Formats: sequence, C-alpha cells, structure tokens
Amino acid sequence: MTREEVYETLNGVFQDVFDDESIEVNDETTSDDIEDWDSLEHINLIAAVEQEFGVKFNMGQVVSMKNVGEMVDIILSQID
Amino acid sequence: MRKDLEYPFDPEYILKKSKHIKKELLADGTSRMEKRIAVLGGSTTHDVIRILELFLLNQGIAPVFYESEYGQYWQDAMFGNEQLDAFHPDIIYIHTSSRNITNWPAPGWDRAAADAALEEQFGHFQAMWEKLREKWHCPIIQNNMEEPFYRLLGNQDGVNPGGRTAFVRRLNGRFAEYAADTENFYINDLSYQAAAYGLDAWSDPFYWHMYKYALCLKAIPWLALNVSNIIKSIYGKNKKSLVLDLDNTLWGGIVGDDGVENLQIGQETSMGQVFSEFQSYVKSLKDIGIMLNVDSKNEEENALAGLNHPDGILRPEDFILIKANWEPKSENILKIASELNILPDSLVFADDNPAEREIVRTQAEGVSVPEIGSPEQYIRVLDHNGYFEVTSLSEDDRKRNEMYRANALRSAQQASFTDYGAYLESLQMKAQIRPFEALYMARIAQLTNKSNQFNLTTRRYTQSQIEEASQDPSCITLYGKLEDKFGDNGVVTVLIGREEEDGSAEKALHLDLWLMSCRVLKRDMEYAMMDVLVEKCRNRGIRRIYGYYYPTAKNGMVRNFYGLQGFEKIREEESGTVWRFEIPEDYEKKNRYIAVEE
Repeated sequence: MTREEVYETLNGVFQDVFDDESIEVNDETTSDDIEDWDSLEHINLIAAVEQEFGVKFNMGQVVSMKNVGEMVDIILSQID
Repeated sequence: MRKDLEYPFDPEYILKKSKHIKKELLADGTSRMEKRIAVLGGSTTHDVIRILELFLLNQGIAPVFYESEYGQYWQDAMFGNEQLDAFHPDIIYIHTSSRNITNWPAPGWDRAAADAALEEQFGHFQAMWEKLREKWHCPIIQNNMEEPFYRLLGNQDGVNPGGRTAFVRRLNGRFAEYAADTENFYINDLSYQAAAYGLDAWSDPFYWHMYKYALCLKAIPWLALNVSNIIKSIYGKNKKSLVLDLDNTLWGGIVGDDGVENLQIGQETSMGQVFSEFQSYVKSLKDIGIMLNVDSKNEEENALAGLNHPDGILRPEDFILIKANWEPKSENILKIASELNILPDSLVFADDNPAEREIVRTQAEGVSVPEIGSPEQYIRVLDHNGYFEVTSLSEDDRKRNEMYRANALRSAQQASFTDYGAYLESLQMKAQIRPFEALYMARIAQLTNKSNQFNLTTRRYTQSQIEEASQDPSCITLYGKLEDKFGDNGVVTVLIGREEEDGSAEKALHLDLWLMSCRVLKRDMEYAMMDVLVEKCRNRGIRRIYGYYYPTAKNGMVRNFYGLQGFEKIREEESGTVWRFEIPEDYEKKNRYIAVEE
C-alpha cells in the first residue's frame, strides 16, 4: 500500500467516524482542524483506524502521535 | 428492528458508524417513549452512552442522559449535585467494575479478615443504593463485577480467602442476594458478559490505562445491548412471542418430503441432538411466558405429524397458533399478530431460510428477525439478543400461554354462537374489581408500561407511583381481574381517578388512567369497570366524571371509548379530547354478562 492509498482509505474512516463526507486529511492534519475531534472521539477514531488497516497501536504510539502524518507512518510500518 | 443492531452484530461497524445509525434511527418515523437515564460511572462512560443510545432507540425508547463526571458515581449518589437533581432521572444505571474495588483482601488473610473486607466493600455500594432509592424511587441498574484480569494465586485465587477472584465472586453473590430481595433493583451481569466475550479481550489494560475504560471499546456494543435489554424490559417492551418455522428449524429434514420417520430429532444422531436441545430451549421459553406460534410452508397435516414425532419435545398443544400453509410467511405472521391482538413488534421470527427471513423482515415491519445461523447456534443467537429479558417473572407471565390458548378456544366457540350475547353468557365470567392491592402492584405497574392499544392516556407508572396512588385519599384506584370457564385471565384492566373540585365547587373525578389488556376485548369488562367506578363516585358524593383521550400511534381503537360509555365530548384539542359524564340518579348498570365481586 502506498502512502496515497493509505490516505484514500483513511479519509473514508475519518468521514465515517465524524459523519462528514467533506473531510480530507493530510500529513499536517491535527485534532485542531476537525471540529468534533476531541479526546473522547479520538478513542473511537483510533479503534476505527486499527480495524480498517488491521493494525494495533500500542500505548506509547497513541500518546506520542502528533498529527495524521505520524499516524500514517505507523500504519505503513505495520502493513509493509 | 435494525439488523445491524441485532446479535450477532459487528461491533466495529456500530462504533464507527454510530452517528450515521443514530441519524437513520431518528428519521425512521417510529414513535418512542422518552426516558431520562442517569449514568453514574466508575470509569469513562462516553462511548457506553453513545452506543447505549443506539440500542435504546432501536428498542423504541428515546433516552435523555445525565453523565456523571469521570469516576464520580459514589459522590453523585451519596451527596447529589444540582445537575442531577434538576435532571430527575427515570432510571439510574451505575456503571462500575472491579477496577472500582477499593477494599481488596491480601494473600495470607484468613477467612474472618476477608469477610470483614467483603462487608465493607458491599457496604460501600449498599449505602449508595439505599440513598438513591430513598431519593429517587426509580429503577436502579447496577453492574456486578467482572473477574480480575490476573490471578496472583493462580487457580487457587478463586479458593483462598485472600484471592481477588474469590473476593469478586463473593461480592457478586452479595449483589445478587440484594437484587433478589429488592424491588426495582436490577443487576447488569458484567461478570457473565465479560466471560461470554472473553475476559482477556474484555479487560485489555490498554483501554484502562489509555482512556480509563473498564472494558475494551469493541465490547461496548455487547454491554450496551444488555443494559438496553434490562431497560426495555422494565418499560414493558419485551418481545411476547416466538414464531417458528418447522423444517430445518425445529427438526432436521423436510417432513413433507422425507417423512416423519426420517426427521433428525432425538438422541440417535448428533444433528438430532442439536434439534432436541433447541426444542427444549423453546419449551423453556414457554414456561417463562413466551407465546409460541408456528409459521411454516407445509401441509397442516404434515406439520402436526412432525410436531407429534415421538422423540420430539415440543407438542402441537405447546403452540397457540399453527399456521402451516402455502401463504407468504409475512402474511401468516401478520395474521398471527392480529389474531393474538398483539403488535408485530412484539414478535420474533426464527427460520433457517435466509430468503424467508428477508421476506418477513421487509414485509412484516416491526418483527424481529435475527440471523440465527446454523442449527447449533440458534439458542445462542436468540438468547444473546435478550428479546425475552426477565426483569420480573409474574404468575401471569408463567400462565400467559394457557391464557392465550384459552382465548383461541373461546374464538373457536364464538364461531358456533349466532348471538354474541349468548356467547358471552356461556363464558360464565366472573370479575374481581377492587382498589389496588399489595399483591397486584407489580402487575398493575407492568400493565401501565406495556398497554398501548386500549389505553386512553398512555401514562406510564413505576411501581412506587402506583403504590403512592393507592395510598392517596384523593384517588380512586381500581383494578379488574377476569375469570371464565376457560381459565383465569389475571389482572387485565386498571384505572386511576383523581378527585378535584371543579369550577362549580362540586366534587369531580378526573380519569388520569384507564387501560385494558387487549386479550379481553369485547367481553364487557370495560362496562363492569364503569359500573363499579360510578358506585365508588357516588359513595364519595362525586356527581361528575371527566375522561381524557390522548391519541398516540397505537391507541386509535379507544378514540370514542368515552362516547360509548355515555360521556359527552366537551373539548377537542390538538393534544386530545375531553369528555364529561354527569352521573344520573337512575344510572343503569351497563354490564350484563359478568358477575362482579368487589
């Protein structure tokens, strides 16, 4: 899976979780950019991403993730 | 009922699409009862509430939630707070887990020390329950405890008095005893749910340390389904009947093609054993008051032959209606609902054939049609859906099948009378009509919550409100119990009237509630109630009765009920109609067929 393909799938997950089909994310996207993305919705988002890509984030990764780019890095490292 | 919210569901789909599912549920045109639910948590509850809302909406309940601040369940219960006070809950759900146990015993403790710790831990919860009950008089749902996720003493952790596993099991025992002795208090069996889900997955410490969830996210739909089942059962929204297909559902094989002697049922083969176990399960459902019916594509003669199989457990007489014909199953099932006078949404349909399930799901709206899987899974799928969740098991529930069978006999006899009056005469009906009595409070509250069709005001009461009304000197309360030669129907009708001075300084009675179970329609029971009501009013010097009809989606049948009782319509408003009855000096009794005992 290429980085672009990961983004394509990831956009779908964000759109489902926040129920908003206009959402597009990129390397720089953070929770500040999406109105409903608070710490509680974050839990649901992480679970949905894990399920979609068949990956599992550990605590250290969840705690240190700074933006969507880092999330994609971890996804790519696990599916390759 | 939505397929994506029925077991076996996909928890990840539900979690991910919850906002979308909620939108669809809210737009589906169902009318729902609003309930105020206070969720007092000992861990994070955000997603528990988010998913619980979906399951409740799907069960016909529109919840409004109060959510305690993180971990504040005990403080909220013991000391209250302004928001909770203003919220005024209809029901309280306490979401705690073994993460909230503060008084663990330690290895090496003797029995006496462990007992003391147990008492103290139990006391912590009990004090809170008592406080809540005293303040709110509403149903309380309390999680018991899932077993600890590690065992310091290995397998002896459940034996040694100092073991945490033993401690949790004993604490759960105390919770269960309390629940068994306390009305309006229900255990949500977290211990069972975690076991069924798989304890290691359920207790994944990631979710505790990362988000302070006492269970993993993916287990939340399963938890929420269980809690929603308790709530819908309390409010009378349990399913009432299981409608079964026959071939490859109750036995292996097709009776019309294979012949009775070649069916798989009984102890001879492994498939036969699977179907025997399923038949036993279905028979037990009947014992807890679930009405059994058959909807099968078969010649009736073959259907009966199959049900009379010597190794079978179910018998034709276990069923109320057997529809074995070549009509579409959706039509048969709608006929079953109408003949039993119940709504399609109180039926569950079990059929091995996915095409038949789809027809019923789409053509008989409201019926629950689970994906029951292969025969060895039937029991688990029906069971885990909690259609028949028991929060109170009344004598009436146990007798329900008998009562409905008796009704079917009555209908059969009715057909042989040309004069309806002569038929009513032949039933030799006897009624008891009296003010509410302690013995029937639970049944009366249950009726107010589950009667939808013959219900003038559709007011729902908790048992404590019913008790209050019965003590209130300004109220006239009456219940009616009807018996006939085919059997005892139990308590079938209830009314509550409130005495007030009306404008002319005369005493008048306002009818807050009048309902009747549809199983005694057209038996003159409503007239017998009216006669007793008039007499009670006269004894109190009341000359005027006001009746109210508030229309809902389901109670159209009583639109003109008060008109038939001789009331005069005095107001017609958006919310409903108001009726007045001036009790004449020469009031003539309306009931002619029922011998009433007061």
